[in-house]
Amino acid sequence: MELPIYLDYQATTPVDPRVLEAMMPYFTHSFGNAASRSHSYGWNAEGAVDKARKQIASLIGASHKEIIFTSGSTEGINLAIKGAVEMHGSKGKHIVTTLVEHKAVLDTCKHLEKQGCEVTYLEPDSTGLVTAEQVAEAIREDTVMVAAIWANNEIGTIIPVREIGAVCHERGVLFFVDGTQAVGKVPVDVVADNVDLLCLSGHKVYGPKGVGCLYVRRRNPRVRIVAQMDGGGHERGMRSGTINVPGVVGLGEACAVAEADLEKDAAHSIALRERFEEKVLAALDYTTVNGNHEHRLPGCSNVSFCYVEGESLIMGVKDLAVSSGSACTSASLEPSHVLRACGVGDELAHSSIRFGFGRMTTEEEVDFAAEQVISAVKRLRELSPLYEMVLEGIDLDTVQWQADH
Amino acid sequence: MAYSDKVVDHYNNPRNVGSLDKDSENVGTGVVGAPECGDVMKLQIEVEGDTIVDAKFKTFGCGSAIASSSLATEWIKGKKVDEALEITNTEIVEELSLPPVKIHCSVLAEDAIKSAIADYKQKSSDGDEA
Repeated sequence: MELPIYLDYQATTPVDPRVLEAMMPYFTHSFGNAASRSHSYGWNAEGAVDKARKQIASLIGASHKEIIFTSGSTEGINLAIKGAVEMHGSKGKHIVTTLVEHKAVLDTCKHLEKQGCEVTYLEPDSTGLVTAEQVAEAIREDTVMVAAIWANNEIGTIIPVREIGAVCHERGVLFFVDGTQAVGKVPVDVVADNVDLLCLSGHKVYGPKGVGCLYVRRRNPRVRIVAQMDGGGHERGMRSGTINVPGVVGLGEACAVAEADLEKDAAHSIALRERFEEKVLAALDYTTVNGNHEHRLPGCSNVSFCYVEGESLIMGVKDLAVSSGSACTSASLEPSHVLRACGVGDELAHSSIRFGFGRMTTEEEVDFAAEQVISAVKRLRELSPLYEMVLEGIDLDTVQWQADH
Repeated sequence: MAYSDKVVDHYNNPRNVGSLDKDSENVGTGVVGAPECGDVMKLQIEVEGDTIVDAKFKTFGCGSAIASSSLATEWIKGKKVDEALEITNTEIVEELSLPPVKIHCSVLAEDAIKSAIADYKQKSSDGDEA
């Protein structure tokens, strides 16, 4: 067992050896530019890119003509939202999104607000779910787009995409879904799920970093967006720039592997997640799992350990590579906006850790991780004045805290 | 974030963890910070004459907060009460090589010392009046 144990699969995933193998020739022997039409180097590269397009399309139920390669999901999000708003500015300037989006969506929306757009941010329930009814109520005459995250990157909650998409289509509003965490982990069918635009990223699905794509629906409705980068008119004019051929080949292969192994991977991750949670919850009091227990990303476990601060816990589990729900290491020291939106108090948001399990995680690693977490939490609670007060029967909500920071 | 060796040492082997009898006349207790800010420090001193003969702490917070309070107890033990009041957060920052984002941990530790001493002084002056 190699230490530290990697349990941060929502941050990134290792490249699957099958993916790396498929990519290798395109760094060396087959290095052509996919846009070169006058020789076999170009034709080979173009053929490889076309194959990747089909592999990706197959995983998400799209046509290969609907795949626009990008550098990853942040670019896909920017292109989808800004591109749609720019194209449909005459219809209106209203966007509906949620409070639990990734920063890339929230900051894109903030950018558009400065340019005169209006944005409605839907509040999730305590598990991170937003409903189709909420979306229906928020849509107005001038709504251009609904943008929502399929599976939340912090707590793993999976929203009812199909129902929300049906509402969008009924009301003639574009539906953009951030599929970064969901694609390759749960079944995705853009047609049946009523999705108009969907972004995904290679490195979340055991592919390479720096490559992703945006699905742009071509029929019912035909979605049109304005390119956000000017240049050679690649990708049907929606995304200029020479295609990252080895990266795209890797993304394609990663999607093919994910499609073949979807059920196996999901069952594996769920089993590990349950094993971990059972052990931890049995050994520790005042410990809760965040997110929605029924609709959850297979490999995501966000746990709040009351009365223990998250950053000190991460320091205590030094053989585990995990991340805190709170952005404690940033200068702002702000707890997670996702947990906050779910109504988790700031004190608990500071006590939360995200454990991510995936294709390469083993039972042995999970058992080791659970034991290290349990002993670190117990040790830190010995140090915790809050745990002591709670054991003494003091209600922490009634305490007058001396804090001016 | 990379922690200094001294922070790691205090985190792994915190000095003077525990609690003193907060109802005792010789004990001063300071509790500073708030759970929603991610840091709460409880620091206690036991005083004989004008000397701090024992100090204990418990901290909810990051590794730097734990190290700052652990170091604070180490420094004040054996000091006169008035000498302990002279400890500043910048000395803690220097000793532990705290980065800028962790300076508030040292401030909190200084506050905890002052708060524990204030509590002790309050108790002894109440005692004198009685």
